Amino acid sequence: METLEPVLAAHPFLQGLDPRHLKIIGECASKVNFSAGEFLFREQDEATNFYLINHGRVAVEIFRARRGPVNVQTLREGEAVGWLWFGKPYHWHFDARAVQLTRALALDVKSLMQRCDQDPQLGYELMKRYAHMLAVQFRVAILQLGDMYG
Amino acid sequence: MCSQLTDPMLPTPYQVLKRVRETKDTFTLTLAPVKGGQGFPFAPGQFNMLYIFGVGEVPISISGDPDRPEKLVHTVRAVGAVSRAICGLKKGDTLGVRGPYGVPWPVKAAPGYDVLVIAGGLGLAPVRPAVYHLLARRPEYGNLELIYGARTPEDLVYRRELSLWRGRFDFRVHVTVDAARNGWRGNVGVVPNLIARARFDPEQTMALVCGPGVMMRFTVQELVNRGLKMENIYVSLERNMKCGLGLCGHCQLGPFFVCKDGPVFPYDRVRDWFLMREV
Repeated sequence: METLEPVLAAHPFLQGLDPRHLKIIGECASKVNFSAGEFLFREQDEATNFYLINHGRVAVEIFRARRGPVNVQTLREGEAVGWLWFGKPYHWHFDARAVQLTRALALDVKSLMQRCDQDPQLGYELMKRYAHMLAVQFRVAILQLGDMYG
Repeated sequence: MCSQLTDPMLPTPYQVLKRVRETKDTFTLTLAPVKGGQGFPFAPGQFNMLYIFGVGEVPISISGDPDRPEKLVHTVRAVGAVSRAICGLKKGDTLGVRGPYGVPWPVKAAPGYDVLVIAGGLGLAPVRPAVYHLLARRPEYGNLELIYGARTPEDLVYRRELSLWRGRFDFRVHVTVDAARNGWRGNVGVVPNLIARARFDPEQTMALVCGPGVMMRFTVQELVNRGLKMENIYVSLERNMKCGLGLCGHCQLGPFFVCKDGPVFPYDRVRDWFLMREV
Protein backbone atom coordinates (compact mmCIF):
# COMPACT_ATOMS: atom_id res chain seq x y z
CA MET A 1 0.00 0.00 0.00
CA GLU A 2 1.32 3.45 -0.95
CA THR A 3 2.33 5.59 2.00
CA LEU A 4 1.73 9.32 1.87
CA GLU A 5 4.31 10.21 4.49
CA PRO A 6 7.04 11.37 2.06
CA VAL A 7 4.53 13.60 0.22
CA LEU A 8 3.25 14.99 3.52
CA ALA A 9 6.79 15.59 4.80
CA ALA A 10 7.65 17.57 1.65
CA HIS A 11 4.74 19.96 2.03
CA PRO A 12 5.79 23.28 3.66
CA PHE A 13 2.80 23.19 6.03
CA LEU A 14 4.05 19.97 7.62
CA GLN A 15 7.78 20.43 7.19
CA GLY A 16 9.82 19.50 10.23
CA LEU A 17 7.08 17.39 11.76
CA ASP A 18 8.07 14.29 13.73
CA PRO A 19 7.85 11.09 11.56
CA ARG A 20 5.54 9.61 14.18
CA HIS A 21 3.14 12.51 13.67
CA LEU A 22 3.45 12.30 9.89
CA LYS A 23 2.41 8.66 10.12
CA ILE A 24 -0.69 9.61 12.11
CA ILE A 25 -1.60 12.40 9.67
CA GLY A 26 -1.00 9.99 6.77
CA GLU A 27 -3.80 7.84 8.14
CA CYS A 28 -6.19 10.78 7.66
CA ALA A 29 -4.89 11.80 4.22
CA SER A 30 -5.78 10.93 0.65
CA LYS A 31 -4.64 12.19 -2.74
CA VAL A 32 -7.19 14.19 -4.69
CA ASN A 33 -7.23 15.85 -8.12
CA PHE A 34 -9.41 18.72 -9.30
CA SER A 35 -9.74 19.72 -12.92
CA ALA A 36 -9.84 23.38 -13.98
CA GLY A 37 -13.09 24.98 -12.85
CA GLU A 38 -13.97 22.24 -10.38
CA PHE A 39 -14.92 23.28 -6.85
CA LEU A 40 -12.92 21.95 -3.89
CA PHE A 41 -15.80 23.13 -1.75
CA ARG A 42 -18.57 25.70 -1.67
CA GLU A 43 -19.75 28.17 0.91
CA GLN A 44 -21.98 26.54 3.56
CA ASP A 45 -20.75 23.02 2.69
CA GLU A 46 -19.65 21.01 5.68
CA ALA A 47 -15.89 21.38 6.16
CA THR A 48 -14.94 17.73 5.92
CA ASN A 49 -11.46 18.18 4.42
CA PHE A 50 -8.48 20.42 4.74
CA TYR A 51 -6.31 20.59 1.60
CA LEU A 52 -2.57 20.82 1.12
CA ILE A 53 -1.83 21.81 -2.49
CA ASN A 54 0.95 19.93 -4.24
CA HIS A 55 0.41 21.26 -7.73
CA GLY A 56 -1.82 23.80 -9.43
CA ARG A 57 -3.74 26.85 -8.30
CA VAL A 58 -6.92 27.39 -6.36
CA ALA A 59 -9.04 30.54 -6.33
CA VAL A 60 -10.77 31.46 -3.10
CA GLU A 61 -14.02 33.13 -4.09
CA ILE A 62 -16.90 34.98 -2.56
CA PHE A 63 -20.13 34.89 -4.51
CA ARG A 64 -21.85 38.26 -4.72
CA ALA A 65 -25.32 38.75 -6.10
CA ARG A 66 -25.21 40.57 -9.46
CA ARG A 67 -21.37 40.56 -9.53
CA GLY A 68 -21.02 36.80 -9.49
CA PRO A 69 -17.91 35.17 -8.04
CA VAL A 70 -15.15 37.50 -6.86
CA ASN A 71 -11.71 35.96 -6.52
CA VAL A 72 -10.15 37.28 -3.31
CA GLN A 73 -7.08 35.08 -3.12
CA THR A 74 -5.11 32.58 -5.15
CA LEU A 75 -3.34 29.70 -3.46
CA ARG A 76 -0.78 27.45 -5.09
CA GLU A 77 1.59 24.54 -4.49
CA GLY A 78 3.05 24.59 -1.01
CA GLU A 79 0.02 26.37 0.43
CA ALA A 80 -3.02 25.14 2.33
CA VAL A 81 -6.70 25.68 1.54
CA GLY A 82 -9.33 25.81 4.20
CA TRP A 83 -8.24 27.66 7.27
CA LEU A 84 -11.54 27.67 9.10
CA TRP A 85 -11.93 23.98 9.73
CA PHE A 86 -10.76 24.28 13.33
CA GLY A 87 -13.66 26.52 14.23
CA LYS A 88 -17.29 25.54 14.80
CA PRO A 89 -19.70 25.12 13.06
CA TYR A 90 -17.24 23.46 10.62
CA HIS A 91 -18.76 24.93 7.52
CA TRP A 92 -16.93 26.71 4.71
CA HIS A 93 -17.36 30.45 4.58
CA PHE A 94 -16.33 30.80 0.92
CA ASP A 95 -15.91 28.87 -2.32
CA ALA A 96 -12.65 27.32 -3.47
CA ARG A 97 -12.27 26.49 -7.14
CA ALA A 98 -9.35 25.00 -9.09
CA VAL A 99 -8.03 27.53 -11.61
CA GLN A 100 -6.08 24.80 -13.36
CA LEU A 101 -5.51 21.10 -12.84
CA THR A 102 -4.77 20.87 -9.12
CA ARG A 103 -3.33 18.00 -7.14
CA ALA A 104 -3.68 18.08 -3.39
CA LEU A 105 -3.72 16.04 -0.23
CA ALA A 106 -7.09 16.02 1.47
CA LEU A 107 -6.93 15.65 5.23
CA ASP A 108 -10.06 14.31 6.86
CA VAL A 109 -10.87 16.97 9.43
CA LYS A 110 -12.91 14.88 11.89
CA SER A 111 -10.39 12.09 11.97
CA LEU A 112 -7.50 14.56 12.27
CA MET A 113 -9.13 16.38 15.16
CA GLN A 114 -9.79 13.10 16.93
CA ARG A 115 -6.11 12.22 16.68
CA CYS A 116 -5.12 15.68 17.88
CA ASP A 117 -7.29 15.15 20.96
CA GLN A 118 -5.59 11.82 21.59
CA ASP A 119 -2.09 13.21 21.03
CA PRO A 120 -1.86 16.79 22.35
CA GLN A 121 1.73 17.09 21.08
CA LEU A 122 0.48 16.52 17.54
CA GLY A 123 -2.38 18.92 18.23
CA TYR A 124 0.07 21.59 19.41
CA GLU A 125 2.32 21.14 16.37
CA LEU A 126 -0.63 21.48 14.00
CA MET A 127 -2.03 24.39 15.98
CA LYS A 128 1.31 26.26 15.71
CA ARG A 129 1.23 25.88 11.92
CA TYR A 130 -2.43 26.76 11.81
CA ALA A 131 -1.84 29.90 13.91
CA HIS A 132 0.96 30.98 11.59
CA MET A 133 -1.29 30.47 8.57
CA LEU A 134 -4.06 32.48 10.24
CA ALA A 135 -1.62 35.29 11.02
CA VAL A 136 -0.55 35.45 7.37
CA GLN A 137 -4.17 35.38 6.19
CA PHE A 138 -5.05 38.08 8.68
CA ARG A 139 -2.27 40.35 7.40
CA VAL A 140 -3.32 39.74 3.80
CA ALA A 141 -6.94 40.54 4.64
CA ILE A 142 -5.96 43.79 6.36
CA LEU A 143 -3.84 44.88 3.41
CA GLN A 144 -6.63 44.08 0.97
CA LEU A 145 -9.20 45.89 3.11
CA GLY A 146 -6.87 48.88 3.29
CA ASP A 147 -7.07 49.27 -0.51
CA MET A 148 -3.37 50.17 -0.69
CA TYR A 149 -3.54 51.30 -4.28
CA GLY A 150 -6.35 53.78 -3.64
CA MET B 1 18.09 70.32 -21.72
CA CYS B 2 18.00 73.79 -23.22
CA SER B 3 15.83 75.42 -20.57
CA GLN B 4 18.26 74.39 -17.82
CA LEU B 5 21.06 76.37 -19.42
CA THR B 6 18.99 79.51 -19.31
CA ASP B 7 16.48 79.46 -16.46
CA PRO B 8 15.78 76.26 -14.50
CA MET B 9 12.21 77.41 -13.85
CA LEU B 10 11.46 77.98 -17.54
CA PRO B 11 9.64 75.03 -19.13
CA THR B 12 10.41 73.88 -22.67
CA PRO B 13 7.35 73.39 -24.90
CA TYR B 14 6.73 69.75 -25.83
CA GLN B 15 4.12 68.29 -28.11
CA VAL B 16 2.08 65.13 -27.58
CA LEU B 17 3.04 62.56 -30.24
CA LYS B 18 1.00 59.69 -28.89
CA ARG B 19 -1.54 59.07 -26.14
CA VAL B 20 -2.35 55.56 -24.91
CA ARG B 21 -5.05 54.73 -22.38
CA GLU B 22 -3.65 52.33 -19.78
CA THR B 23 -6.64 52.12 -17.42
CA LYS B 24 -9.86 54.07 -16.98
CA ASP B 25 -7.98 57.05 -15.50
CA THR B 26 -4.35 56.52 -16.50
CA PHE B 27 -2.70 57.51 -19.76
CA THR B 28 0.77 57.22 -21.26
CA LEU B 29 1.94 60.19 -23.30
CA THR B 30 4.88 60.20 -25.69
CA LEU B 31 6.29 63.70 -26.10
CA ALA B 32 8.78 65.48 -28.37
CA PRO B 33 10.17 69.04 -28.27
CA VAL B 34 8.05 71.46 -30.30
CA LYS B 35 11.22 72.98 -31.76
CA GLY B 36 12.56 69.56 -32.72
CA GLY B 37 15.81 68.02 -31.48
CA GLN B 38 16.89 64.87 -29.73
CA GLY B 39 15.31 65.31 -26.32
CA PHE B 40 17.55 64.99 -23.27
CA PRO B 41 19.32 62.15 -21.44
CA PHE B 42 17.83 60.92 -18.18
CA ALA B 43 18.48 58.17 -15.67
CA PRO B 44 15.90 55.59 -14.52
CA GLY B 45 13.86 56.97 -11.64
CA GLN B 46 14.21 60.65 -12.48
CA PHE B 47 11.19 62.90 -12.98
CA ASN B 48 10.13 65.97 -14.91
CA MET B 49 7.92 68.87 -13.94
CA LEU B 50 5.05 68.90 -16.45
CA TYR B 51 3.30 72.21 -16.91
CA ILE B 52 -0.17 72.74 -18.33
CA PHE B 53 -0.26 76.38 -19.28
CA GLY B 54 -2.75 78.28 -17.14
CA VAL B 55 -3.51 75.28 -14.93
CA GLY B 56 -0.35 74.30 -13.07
CA GLU B 57 2.69 72.11 -12.79
CA VAL B 58 3.20 68.61 -11.33
CA PRO B 59 6.17 66.25 -10.92
CA ILE B 60 5.79 63.09 -13.02
CA SER B 61 8.30 60.25 -13.24
CA ILE B 62 9.78 59.46 -16.60
CA SER B 63 8.55 56.03 -17.64
CA GLY B 64 10.32 55.58 -20.98
CA ASP B 65 13.51 53.85 -22.03
CA PRO B 66 16.66 55.71 -20.88
CA ASP B 67 18.51 54.29 -23.89
CA ARG B 68 16.00 56.04 -26.16
CA PRO B 69 15.92 59.57 -24.72
CA GLU B 70 14.57 61.00 -27.97
CA LYS B 71 11.19 59.68 -26.85
CA LEU B 72 10.02 61.30 -23.64
CA VAL B 73 7.39 59.07 -22.06
CA HIS B 74 5.22 59.83 -19.04
CA THR B 75 2.40 57.82 -17.52
CA VAL B 76 -0.09 59.96 -15.65
CA ARG B 77 -3.14 59.18 -13.51
CA ALA B 78 -5.91 61.76 -13.47
CA VAL B 79 -6.24 62.60 -9.78
CA GLY B 80 -6.08 66.40 -9.56
CA ALA B 81 -6.68 69.45 -11.74
CA VAL B 82 -3.27 69.37 -13.45
CA SER B 83 -3.01 65.62 -13.92
CA ARG B 84 -6.59 65.55 -15.25
CA ALA B 85 -5.63 68.26 -17.75
CA ILE B 86 -2.51 66.29 -18.78
CA CYS B 87 -4.59 63.15 -19.27
CA GLY B 88 -6.99 65.18 -21.40
CA LEU B 89 -4.28 66.23 -23.86
CA LYS B 90 -4.64 64.98 -27.42
CA LYS B 91 -2.10 64.29 -30.12
CA GLY B 92 -0.55 67.60 -31.18
CA ASP B 93 -1.36 69.44 -27.93
CA THR B 94 1.41 71.28 -26.12
CA LEU B 95 2.67 71.28 -22.53
CA GLY B 96 5.75 72.56 -20.73
CA VAL B 97 8.56 70.29 -19.51
CA ARG B 98 11.30 71.02 -16.98
CA GLY B 99 13.85 68.43 -15.93
CA PRO B 100 15.09 65.82 -15.52
CA TYR B 101 15.36 66.02 -11.76
CA GLY B 102 16.12 63.78 -8.82
CA VAL B 103 18.34 60.93 -7.73
CA PRO B 104 17.86 57.84 -9.92
CA TRP B 105 17.61 54.12 -9.12
CA PRO B 106 21.11 52.79 -8.45
CA VAL B 107 21.08 50.42 -11.43
CA LYS B 108 24.67 51.28 -12.28
CA ALA B 109 25.75 49.90 -8.89
CA ALA B 110 23.71 46.72 -9.33
CA PRO B 111 25.87 44.57 -11.68
CA GLY B 112 26.66 41.30 -9.94
CA TYR B 113 23.51 41.51 -7.82
CA ASP B 114 20.15 39.78 -8.04
CA VAL B 115 17.63 42.57 -8.57
CA LEU B 116 14.05 42.59 -7.29
CA VAL B 117 11.86 45.25 -8.83
CA ILE B 118 8.69 45.61 -6.76
CA ALA B 119 5.89 47.93 -7.80
CA GLY B 120 2.31 48.60 -6.80
CA GLY B 121 -0.34 50.42 -8.81
CA LEU B 122 1.10 53.24 -10.87
CA GLY B 123 4.43 52.63 -9.11
CA LEU B 124 5.38 50.52 -12.11
CA ALA B 125 5.87 53.72 -14.15
CA PRO B 126 8.91 55.06 -12.21
CA VAL B 127 10.59 51.63 -12.18
CA ARG B 128 9.92 50.81 -15.85
CA PRO B 129 13.04 52.73 -17.02
CA ALA B 130 15.07 50.66 -14.52
CA VAL B 131 13.61 47.46 -16.00
CA TYR B 132 14.57 48.66 -19.51
CA HIS B 133 18.08 49.40 -18.28
CA LEU B 134 18.47 46.02 -16.56
CA LEU B 135 17.11 44.03 -19.50
CA ALA B 136 19.34 45.89 -21.98
CA ARG B 137 22.33 44.77 -19.91
CA ARG B 138 20.91 41.44 -18.77
CA PRO B 139 24.18 39.43 -18.57
CA GLU B 140 25.57 41.84 -15.97
CA TYR B 141 23.00 40.86 -13.33
CA GLY B 142 22.00 37.74 -11.40
CA ASN B 143 18.33 36.83 -11.09
CA LEU B 144 15.94 39.54 -12.19
CA GLU B 145 12.44 39.46 -10.78
CA LEU B 146 9.52 41.85 -11.11
CA ILE B 147 6.71 41.72 -8.58
CA TYR B 148 3.79 43.92 -9.53
CA GLY B 149 0.43 44.37 -7.88
CA ALA B 150 -2.70 46.37 -8.57
CA ARG B 151 -6.21 46.60 -7.21
CA THR B 152 -7.91 44.66 -10.04
CA PRO B 153 -6.87 43.26 -13.44
CA GLU B 154 -8.38 46.38 -15.03
CA ASP B 155 -5.94 48.54 -13.02
CA LEU B 156 -2.80 46.90 -14.38
CA VAL B 157 -0.71 49.25 -16.53
CA TYR B 158 1.61 48.25 -19.43
CA ARG B 159 -0.26 44.97 -19.91
CA ARG B 160 1.24 44.28 -23.33
CA GLU B 161 4.74 44.85 -22.04
CA LEU B 162 4.12 42.71 -18.95
CA SER B 163 3.11 39.87 -21.18
CA LEU B 164 6.24 40.33 -23.35
CA TRP B 165 8.43 40.36 -20.25
CA ARG B 166 6.73 37.21 -18.95
CA GLY B 167 7.71 35.51 -22.19
CA ARG B 168 11.41 35.98 -21.51
CA PHE B 169 13.41 33.12 -20.04
CA ASP B 170 15.79 35.44 -18.16
CA PHE B 171 13.27 37.58 -16.29
CA ARG B 172 10.64 36.31 -13.84
CA VAL B 173 7.49 38.39 -13.63
CA HIS B 174 4.93 37.94 -10.85
CA VAL B 175 1.68 39.84 -11.16
CA THR B 176 -1.04 39.94 -8.55
CA VAL B 177 -4.29 41.80 -7.92
CA ASP B 178 -6.28 42.37 -4.74
CA ALA B 179 -9.49 40.97 -6.18
CA ALA B 180 -10.70 39.69 -9.53
CA ARG B 181 -13.88 38.59 -11.18
CA ASN B 182 -14.35 35.33 -12.96
CA GLY B 183 -12.03 34.94 -15.93
CA TRP B 184 -8.81 36.20 -14.34
CA ARG B 185 -6.36 33.30 -14.32
CA GLY B 186 -3.54 35.15 -12.62
CA ASN B 187 -2.68 35.50 -8.97
CA VAL B 188 -4.90 37.16 -6.38
CA GLY B 189 -3.22 38.36 -3.20
CA VAL B 190 -0.97 41.12 -1.94
CA VAL B 191 2.50 42.10 -3.16
CA PRO B 192 4.44 41.33 0.07
CA ASN B 193 3.22 37.72 -0.10
CA LEU B 194 4.77 37.21 -3.53
CA ILE B 195 8.27 37.96 -2.25
CA ALA B 196 8.44 34.38 -0.97
CA ARG B 197 8.17 33.17 -4.58
CA ALA B 198 11.09 35.25 -5.84
CA ARG B 199 14.51 33.65 -6.19
CA PHE B 200 17.34 35.70 -4.78
CA ASP B 201 20.38 35.55 -2.57
CA PRO B 202 19.60 38.02 0.25
CA GLU B 203 23.29 38.83 0.69
CA GLN B 204 23.64 39.83 -2.95
CA THR B 205 20.31 41.37 -3.78
CA MET B 206 19.20 44.88 -4.51
CA ALA B 207 15.50 45.74 -4.28
CA LEU B 208 13.85 48.69 -6.03
CA VAL B 209 10.47 49.39 -4.46
CA CYS B 210 7.88 51.86 -5.68
CA GLY B 211 4.21 52.15 -4.85
CA PRO B 212 1.77 53.48 -2.30
CA GLY B 213 3.19 54.05 1.20
CA VAL B 214 1.35 51.15 2.86
CA MET B 215 2.47 48.73 0.21
CA MET B 216 6.08 49.88 0.47
CA ARG B 217 6.06 49.63 4.26
CA PHE B 218 4.89 46.01 4.30
CA THR B 219 7.08 45.11 1.34
CA VAL B 220 10.21 46.50 2.97
CA GLN B 221 9.32 44.67 6.19
CA GLU B 222 9.06 41.40 4.27
CA LEU B 223 12.34 42.02 2.43
CA VAL B 224 14.12 42.67 5.74
CA ASN B 225 12.54 39.50 7.18
CA ARG B 226 13.96 37.62 4.19
CA GLY B 227 17.46 38.86 5.00
CA LEU B 228 17.94 41.82 2.66
CA LYS B 229 20.21 44.54 3.97
CA MET B 230 18.39 47.82 4.50
CA GLU B 231 21.05 49.68 2.53
CA ASN B 232 20.27 47.47 -0.48
CA ILE B 233 16.56 48.29 -0.42
CA TYR B 234 15.71 51.43 -2.39
CA VAL B 235 12.37 53.18 -2.14
CA SER B 236 10.94 55.95 -4.29
CA LEU B 237 9.09 58.53 -2.21
CA GLU B 238 6.34 60.83 -3.30
CA ARG B 239 5.71 64.32 -1.96
CA ASN B 240 4.03 67.45 -3.21
CA MET B 241 6.64 69.42 -5.14
CA LYS B 242 6.79 72.92 -6.49
CA CYS B 243 10.24 73.92 -7.70
CA GLY B 244 11.84 70.51 -8.24
CA LEU B 245 15.20 72.08 -7.45
CA GLY B 246 15.44 71.84 -3.66
CA LEU B 247 14.65 75.53 -3.14
CA CYS B 248 11.06 75.88 -1.99
CA GLY B 249 10.82 73.14 0.67
CA HIS B 250 7.39 71.86 -0.38
CA CYS B 251 8.65 68.31 -0.59
CA GLN B 252 10.65 68.35 2.62
CA LEU B 253 10.81 65.07 4.54
CA GLY B 254 12.76 65.64 7.74
CA PRO B 255 16.23 66.74 6.66
CA PHE B 256 15.64 65.79 3.02
CA PHE B 257 14.18 67.50 0.01
CA VAL B 258 12.56 64.65 -1.90
CA CYS B 259 13.00 66.45 -5.24
CA LYS B 260 16.75 66.93 -4.85
CA ASP B 261 17.91 64.24 -2.39
CA GLY B 262 15.40 61.70 -3.79
CA PRO B 263 12.91 60.61 -4.93
CA VAL B 264 14.95 57.39 -4.71
CA PHE B 265 16.48 56.74 -1.29
CA PRO B 266 18.23 53.78 0.29
CA TYR B 267 15.79 52.61 2.95
CA ASP B 268 18.31 52.80 5.80
CA ARG B 269 18.71 56.53 5.09
CA VAL B 270 15.02 57.40 5.34
CA ARG B 271 13.78 54.64 7.61
CA ASP B 272 12.99 56.87 10.60
CA TRP B 273 11.16 59.41 8.46
CA PHE B 274 9.47 56.74 6.39
CA LEU B 275 7.85 55.25 9.47
CA MET B 276 7.02 58.57 11.15
CA ARG B 277 3.31 59.33 10.88
CA GLU B 278 3.61 63.03 11.61
CA VAL B 279 5.63 63.93 8.50
